Amino acid sequence: MNPLIKAASRNALRTGVILFAFAVVATALLTSTFNLTHSTIEKSQQARKMALLDQVLPPTLYDNDLLESRQSVPPDDLLGSSQSTSMWIARRGASVTAVVLEANAPDGYGGAIQMVIGIDVEGSVTGVRVTGHRETPGLGDYIERSKSPWIEQFVGKSLIAPQPKHWKVVKDGGQFDARAGATITPRAVVKAVRSALDYFARHRAAIVAPRPDEEKKA
Amino acid sequence: MMTMDEFRSLFHNGLSKQNAGLVQLLGLCPLLAISNTVVNALSLGLATMLVMASASGAVSGLRHFVPHEIRIPVFVLIIAALVTVIDLMMNAFVYPLYLVLGIFIPLITTNCIVLARADAFASKNHPLHSVVDAVAMGLGLTTVLVVLGGMRELAGQGTLFSGIELVFGEEARQFVLHVLPNYQGFLLAILPPGAFIALGLLIAAHNWRLARAAQKGRVPVPVAA
Repeated sequence: MNPLIKAASRNALRTGVILFAFAVVATALLTSTFNLTHSTIEKSQQARKMALLDQVLPPTLYDNDLLESRQSVPPDDLLGSSQSTSMWIARRGASVTAVVLEANAPDGYGGAIQMVIGIDVEGSVTGVRVTGHRETPGLGDYIERSKSPWIEQFVGKSLIAPQPKHWKVVKDGGQFDARAGATITPRAVVKAVRSALDYFARHRAAIVAPRPDEEKKA
Repeated sequence: MMTMDEFRSLFHNGLSKQNAGLVQLLGLCPLLAISNTVVNALSLGLATMLVMASASGAVSGLRHFVPHEIRIPVFVLIIAALVTVIDLMMNAFVYPLYLVLGIFIPLITTNCIVLARADAFASKNHPLHSVVDAVAMGLGLTTVLVVLGGMRELAGQGTLFSGIELVFGEEARQFVLHVLPNYQGFLLAILPPGAFIALGLLIAAHNWRLARAAQKGRVPVPVAA
């Protein structure tokens, strides 16, 4: 064989082996770090999820393990969802006392606004939090609880109080405050909370039924 | 070991002469995206510095085992593995800090300044020098980020240090400075165009300062391309 080709192929083999060795070491490093941290990370993520649920649902309302009660909800226009979302069912003893729904407001100024909404068994809102959005910073982002208490005004509201025609921002003749300059964002949130209440009202019987495992597909 | 002069020249390079944000213009994507408040800017800057220092140290320590032809893929492998390890470790052991810095860490992986320093400096120098160089570069980037964040935050919402409670807890909220009370806000400064404009002003100021220093020292002024 031509000595030049021989040298070149030996060199290619050598660099290949070295690259492979680096890849193996990097993979081993990542695998062991992942194994080392996996359970801790899982725990803190659960704790974070729980802290979020605590904000929309008073812990005094239930005595079950809320995180364990998670159910998958098929996509529904009332929830603004195009994929399955989560629903957590709070119980005291055997009876359902409240639910927490994931919902989207599809018509925010910067796209969909993701929320979790707590609704008690009577159909009143126990709390709403925005979990993700792309509204204009400094203008539409007051829907975040960390920026302003605006989102708290939904607590205690239901489909009968206020009347359906008042489930609008003040500017549109409704009951809900909105800041000047950004009406699209609160309009979308108000509408989405109302739709989530509608969703709960329609599926209430199935959700509240005593045996959740036999519940009919919504 | 390292002499004082070497040390000083590395820092001069990182902070001014070869500043990543103002001169090399590397890693602009996170720089422009995250510099809307001082706190965000500082967080990203410190996270970048941490990643750069460990990446440069690792690359430099392994430089004798890496054949020249495959150095770039190996460096990318080292940096990506290291960033992922830092990401996982922070997520597991300093969770509150991770909630603040966490979103920046994957951004840093794509920051070309890290790879640039690995290839241009760490692959040719002693680990100690490489780490100092990375820290200096990171510090230079952090300074630019903080100044940029300060300009945009002040012009955009009339405050400084807003969001500090996310880093230091609720008690730190009192440190938020409302420099311009009842300020109406100037949205452009917070949105991406504001970042470009503010960075342009900073680069101009930096060039002007360098040119003046050059003139004083009777050195011919470098002609801007």
